Amino acid sequence: MSYTEIMLISSIKVIVVVLAVLTGCAYSTWLERKLVGHFQHRIGPNVAGPFGLLQPIADAIKLVFKEDIVPNNVERITYALAPIVVFIPALLSFAVVPFGDKVTMFGYQIDMVISDLDIGVLFVFAVTSLGVYGIVLAGWSSGSKYSLLGGVRSSAQMISYEVAYGLSIIGVLVIAGTLSMKELVAQQSSFFDWFIFRQPVGFVLYVICAIAETNRAPFDLPEAESELVAGYHTEYSSMRFAMFFIGEYANMLAVSCVATTIFLGGWQGPLLPPIIWFAIKVALFMSFYIWLRATLPRLRYDQLMNFGWKVLFPLALLNVMVTALIYRL
Amino acid sequence: MVDVIRTVFIALPKGFYTTLKHLFKKPVTIQYPKVKREMAPRYRGLHYLEVYEDGTDRCVCCGLCAAACPADAIYMEGAENEKGERYAKIYEINLLRCIYCGFCEEACPEEAIFLGHEYEFSNDNRDVFIFTKEQMLANRPKKEKPFKRIIRRVRRIF
Repeated sequence: MSYTEIMLISSIKVIVVVLAVLTGCAYSTWLERKLVGHFQHRIGPNVAGPFGLLQPIADAIKLVFKEDIVPNNVERITYALAPIVVFIPALLSFAVVPFGDKVTMFGYQIDMVISDLDIGVLFVFAVTSLGVYGIVLAGWSSGSKYSLLGGVRSSAQMISYEVAYGLSIIGVLVIAGTLSMKELVAQQSSFFDWFIFRQPVGFVLYVICAIAETNRAPFDLPEAESELVAGYHTEYSSMRFAMFFIGEYANMLAVSCVATTIFLGGWQGPLLPPIIWFAIKVALFMSFYIWLRATLPRLRYDQLMNFGWKVLFPLALLNVMVTALIYRL
Repeated sequence: MVDVIRTVFIALPKGFYTTLKHLFKKPVTIQYPKVKREMAPRYRGLHYLEVYEDGTDRCVCCGLCAAACPADAIYMEGAENEKGERYAKIYEINLLRCIYCGFCEEACPEEAIFLGHEYEFSNDNRDVFIFTKEQMLANRPKKEKPFKRIIRRVRRIF
């Protein structure tokens, strides 16, 4: 393959993935509203299109046409920058997620992953933790006490949970001996090889920390609407708000994709094509996210910190130690 | 430690089971403009005037409803027809004053005025809310509502 061909194929892959992720984000909001509605004996959106399926489009149109209000006492540059800083890292982590096996299209061998980095997992973790900068910047530059409190909470929470988050997958990496996402998928070829069965504690830790990392209920202290109006994005409106919104859902999707790839066997499954299996697994994970939101009340700040440092962190360390003892000695 | 185990292995699954159970229950939403709620039998909505089978007014313009009205919403002027029977020439209810207490239907000795099940009569013009006799006659429900029977029965007892 020539250089131009590689460039072309990569660009097409990037565009397809970005579009797919944005659509995925839009329909995650639909799924969330629908599911939370049914959890509460309501029906959720059902007016726009069949089952309200056009609701995300209606929402997007509304958000685009809303007035972009910039309060007087904001730090203009950081205020404008913050939504992008949240949005971009959320998209970046999809670069290393394998959506399927190699396929042959138009005479080319195309890998269903934008870039199979040797340090794929590390890349995902590095990139997702960049998102906290956007949130902190948004909170600080808004010039509002609610935003500031949200930003501070978010930074404290994300730094605390980052530790256990990173440690939770070390167990898997110890067993697999690789950081490449593709390699990880390849090692889970049969159902009982899935890392969720070999690393159940690691999986539970990963899920809990991932929820905390993405600021979702019950760890949604940074945007606790009953205490902080909307937390760090209180002062944002229109497309800037939409960027935070999409960023949050893209983060959730990224976490789901990574969980699917690392613990749930990636795109592998019988009968159906790989991409469908991948979508099903991610959708189930997202539904679980929403189920959590419908079930658990928000943690108090001290509970959050105690839980992160006194429960999750030691557990994650113990898990790594036990795994290392069993598999590497 | 026991607390933690109890939380993780008993309380949490219990909570998740509860929400999951509710996921599959039928939603209670009534899709209002399309589907309307069946009102309670004694619901007090928009008024209507009842007539005898031959179509003559039951109302004799005695003024008891106006006297009973705590909001002072009823205005009436009586007259006599050729047979010498009294009837209401003008019978108006100011719907903006009315508090829908139902005292008028309780006070009425002729069982002429009732409060129906209609509740959608908002408007942006205040003049519309003077509810005239013609409108009240037209507002009569096609079928006799069971609550009227209840009221008649109560009348018979007292």
